[in-house]
Amino acid sequence: MFDLLVLLIPVFPLLAVLANGLYGSRYSHELAGRLAFGSVGLSFLCTLGVLASVLANPEPRVVIAYSWIFGGNLSIDLAFLIDPLTTIMLLVVTGVGFLIHVYSVGYMHGEEGFTRFFTYMNLFMVSMLLLVMGANYVVLFIGWEGVGLCSYLLIGYYYEKISAGKAATKAFVVNRIGDAGFLLAVFLIFSHFGSLDYTTVLSQASSLSTEMATAITICLLIGAFGKSAQIPLYTWLPDAMEGPTPVSALIHAATMVTAGVYMVVRNHVLFDMAPIALTTVGIIGGLTALFAATIGLVQNDIKRVLAYSTVSQLGYMFLACGVGAYTAAIFHLVTHAFFKALLFLSAGAVIHSLSGEQDIRKMGGLHNKIPTTHKVFLVGTLAIAGIPPLAGFWSKDEIMAHAFVHGYYHLYALAAIGAFLTSFYMFRLTYLTFYGQSRVDPPVAKHIHESPSMMMGPLLILAGLAVVGGFLGVPPEHGWFQGFLHNVATPLGSETHEVGMSMLLGLMGVAVAIAIGGWGLAHYMYSIRPQIANEWAEKFPRAYTTFLNKYYVDEAYDRFIVEPFKKLGMLWDWFDQHILDRFVVGIGKGTDISAEAITWTEKHVIYAGLNVVGYGNHLLAWSWRKLQSGMVHHYAAIIVIGLAIMIHLVVLWFAGSSSVGSSMY
Amino acid sequence: MQEELSFGFPILSFLTFFPLLGALVVWGMKDYEMVRKATLGIAGVEMAVAAIMLMLFVPDTAAMQFAEKHEWIPFLGISFHLAVDGVSVLFLGLTAFLTVLLVLYAWDSVTLRPKAFFMSILALETTFMGIFASIDLIVFFVFWELMLIPSYFMIKLWGPGKDCHYAALKYVLYTLMGSVFMLVGFCLLSLNYFEAKQVYSFDFIDLLSVPISLGDQLLIFWLIFLGLAFKAPVFPFHSWFPDALVQGPIPMSVMFAGIKMGTYGFLRFSLPLLPDASRNETVVAILMTLGLAAIVYGAIVAIIQPDFRRLLVFSSISHLGFVVIGLFALNFQGIQGSLITMINLGFSTAGLFFLAGFMYERLGHTDVRQCTGLAKKMPLLATFLLIIGMASIGLPGTNGFIGEFLILLGVFQAWWVYGAIAVTGVIFAAAYFLWFYERAIFGPLKESLPAVIPDLNTREWAIGVSLSVMIFWIGLYPSPFLRMVNGSVQAVVERLEPGMATAQNTRQDRSQEIFRN
Repeated sequence: MFDLLVLLIPVFPLLAVLANGLYGSRYSHELAGRLAFGSVGLSFLCTLGVLASVLANPEPRVVIAYSWIFGGNLSIDLAFLIDPLTTIMLLVVTGVGFLIHVYSVGYMHGEEGFTRFFTYMNLFMVSMLLLVMGANYVVLFIGWEGVGLCSYLLIGYYYEKISAGKAATKAFVVNRIGDAGFLLAVFLIFSHFGSLDYTTVLSQASSLSTEMATAITICLLIGAFGKSAQIPLYTWLPDAMEGPTPVSALIHAATMVTAGVYMVVRNHVLFDMAPIALTTVGIIGGLTALFAATIGLVQNDIKRVLAYSTVSQLGYMFLACGVGAYTAAIFHLVTHAFFKALLFLSAGAVIHSLSGEQDIRKMGGLHNKIPTTHKVFLVGTLAIAGIPPLAGFWSKDEIMAHAFVHGYYHLYALAAIGAFLTSFYMFRLTYLTFYGQSRVDPPVAKHIHESPSMMMGPLLILAGLAVVGGFLGVPPEHGWFQGFLHNVATPLGSETHEVGMSMLLGLMGVAVAIAIGGWGLAHYMYSIRPQIANEWAEKFPRAYTTFLNKYYVDEAYDRFIVEPFKKLGMLWDWFDQHILDRFVVGIGKGTDISAEAITWTEKHVIYAGLNVVGYGNHLLAWSWRKLQSGMVHHYAAIIVIGLAIMIHLVVLWFAGSSSVGSSMY
Repeated sequence: MQEELSFGFPILSFLTFFPLLGALVVWGMKDYEMVRKATLGIAGVEMAVAAIMLMLFVPDTAAMQFAEKHEWIPFLGISFHLAVDGVSVLFLGLTAFLTVLLVLYAWDSVTLRPKAFFMSILALETTFMGIFASIDLIVFFVFWELMLIPSYFMIKLWGPGKDCHYAALKYVLYTLMGSVFMLVGFCLLSLNYFEAKQVYSFDFIDLLSVPISLGDQLLIFWLIFLGLAFKAPVFPFHSWFPDALVQGPIPMSVMFAGIKMGTYGFLRFSLPLLPDASRNETVVAILMTLGLAAIVYGAIVAIIQPDFRRLLVFSSISHLGFVVIGLFALNFQGIQGSLITMINLGFSTAGLFFLAGFMYERLGHTDVRQCTGLAKKMPLLATFLLIIGMASIGLPGTNGFIGEFLILLGVFQAWWVYGAIAVTGVIFAAAYFLWFYERAIFGPLKESLPAVIPDLNTREWAIGVSLSVMIFWIGLYPSPFLRMVNGSVQAVVERLEPGMATAQNTRQDRSQEIFRN
């Protein structure tokens, strides 16, 4: 029963993919939409069944579907591992996924590519489920690249837009760099353990040397940084906003981009053995959290602000991994899925009500025109900014407190500054979108309307989750969430720091002060004195343009990586056509000319000789000329005769010599 | 000693000669409609028989199966000996499969001398079947050379490019030159056998039973290498390849890109017959270098190709690099992966050439600068291009991943540095394919394109679907295919273990003797 439930989880969306992909054009959009969200809903129900079973028995269980790749000493099953970590991920993926699917049916209503959209979305669900359920690195990798493919297809959904095509290619190729790193890790793991199953590898991890553990984990990190958009591989995520907004919510905020965090936590046993890798994760996470936040300060596209915010929040999750707070990383992953999906979807509702406008300079004053959207967006903002008691406060505070208590003051500082900036840019976004003077284009302003209930329903549920989701992990470090994950996400040999209540409360107070400080500054700059933002931009033009142009990283990558490879391609192509090919043709011509020359010599110089050599050359020249002249009917004859002669000559020649040889015995 | 299983019905002779007989029958027909229907029927029967053969094939064993042996030239030890094992059996199925698709492809698209074209396809099928079924070196060689005849005519007479005559000639001369060396290598093998047994034999099974000194092995290895590398083509011996595949007709490109005779030869003959040479450090270093160079060079040159067919040529060269490094990893995963990849290319790269053909027929070219936004007009083509393209770049879930993953795993275990370099090929592959896809399929529709571009018709759709089915079958449930090859792969790996086939002789080195003469 349990096995069947587990197997059914990915099968439902897969069936929907097949139905909509193969026959979707033959029935209505309505049915296609129902199949799409219905299948994900069924997966969610199965997940609840699995959750019940795991609550009763939290021991990891492996469910094998069939033997996939095997031979020699290698054996890889298509198998699923169910433990508390997987269960949490399944709940997020199917639960939030279901809500976003329902929302999408409303959002994509009337689109020409409606069925195509849902085929890709369900395929994404299948891949994401394989990713979190896989019992070995290779099944994870099917999901890992599968979500990349679906991300590619959905970013390029509006394929006629050139920018969409470019963004799609960029996302896939940058992800592939990470994937290559992941593959290397897989090979290293197989070389060392002779197995790719989590149960075998993670239970034998203590046999690793520190160097080997470091090598494996650094390679894993390359993969994680690609998928989860961390420095230096984050550039694809902001561009990925070319896709429809529900895609940004599902793939580029709630699920796919968190795969890297999941993977690190899944392999935390290996990371615990590699201090260098852990330090790397922490620092990269902290830097990304801060770096992306600074870019988010000045962006004018509502989705891009949220995209940089996602990069930044993912940075917090990696920072948590770096300080050994794996539970907190997953906790933040969950709450982030709630509030970021909420923010993206309500941003989608804003865009929807403004007939497709995404530029916040052309918004403003929307709070009384679309009040429900405004309220849920505000909930999301409060949650991500870390205002208690909303979800983001608890998870972010847990990460920061853990960093501080364990003595990672530099990371704490990065996280604290980042938290201030987060609060600031999110409230900036809220003020510019919903308050102040309306800057909406007049023709658009006439049509402002609240979104249909198909979209508002999921928004309200997500808003509810963003409010109460944090209580899963209350009290800090000892909540239900931490208890549930205790066995799968506790660092090796970690001693429990008994921290005084006063210190925890003090850290909470600081966190709240930071969040309110950011809010206050945003309030001052965008509500009380709205002109001040432009004054500051003029006062610090260099900082402003640097932020606005995202530190010119894209330009640098183009100039120093993409273009040189294209040039190299041109150069080698030229080499292929003009050197290598000429060389071959030259040999051919040389033979032809020398044959002509020998023929001439033979004819005019040693004509009378008529010796065997000359005749042979003559024959050669003649045959080459015949071939060159393209008289193909000679060809068959030449092969047959040549073959016969060669066999005879060679065999007779060696038969003679070897009979001499053998007579020596 | 290699075990041989015989079978009541000469199924391999049937597979080899039935298409040729069919071609003769077709020759006598007058009506075009009859000709193409008959050809499809013949290819279909051949496919069915090949499928039966695959079903009857006993998996998980290294035994030579369906063996048939008839005396041919007894005093030279040449016999008409056909048999298949895990190394070769899938190639027969692949050849039969692709031939059916080729006939479907050529159904309407060949207007010039269609009868001769269909006859050439059938003749080509015979030679391919012969190449993969024969385990007598001379019989193999005869089919290997006979293959040049129909392929020469196909490039020359039906090539769409203006330089097709040049391409045909270059192809024939280039590969013929390599074959000459290979034949000498084969003869040396037979002579070595004579020294031990006092009779000649060109029979693969016999040749396995006598030891060969390392010097001889190296000499023979390089002679055979030239023949195989020119045909494969292994970088840098590929300069006939772009000409033949771009100037020649699509069916020819499909066969060249899809059926990897050259690298098959390495696995069939070089590794088992010359294990010491194959294991030799210098040999391995050279072949690894060539393979890695091919991977990187092919992929990077492919990135900037504006012409889809030329892009595919270089992608093909890159993939062949993977096959080469997998073989010379000399371990189970490497060899298994190479074998699976060779089969995979028959679905992925060959499939992409089909799609290039569909584009060519509609647009008159495959130049990406002249066609953008094709998704709008041809959603089916865009879909198949994506599926087959993803298989080609090794996305998990498709067949390409199984092969590439095993190769990389094998190479990494043998020499991790080579493996690490080869992994970059995975990135470049995504770059060249997706950049092409972005420019040709995405984007706004180019105005200069014809107003009406029909999407794939039923026949073309059938080609796409059959390829996709194979891609997902091998990708998701490769078990039947792996079981077919595993026994033979294991046998090859065991033969490559030190001490297995090493010559324990103290005789004078054969190579020195030759040079003294």
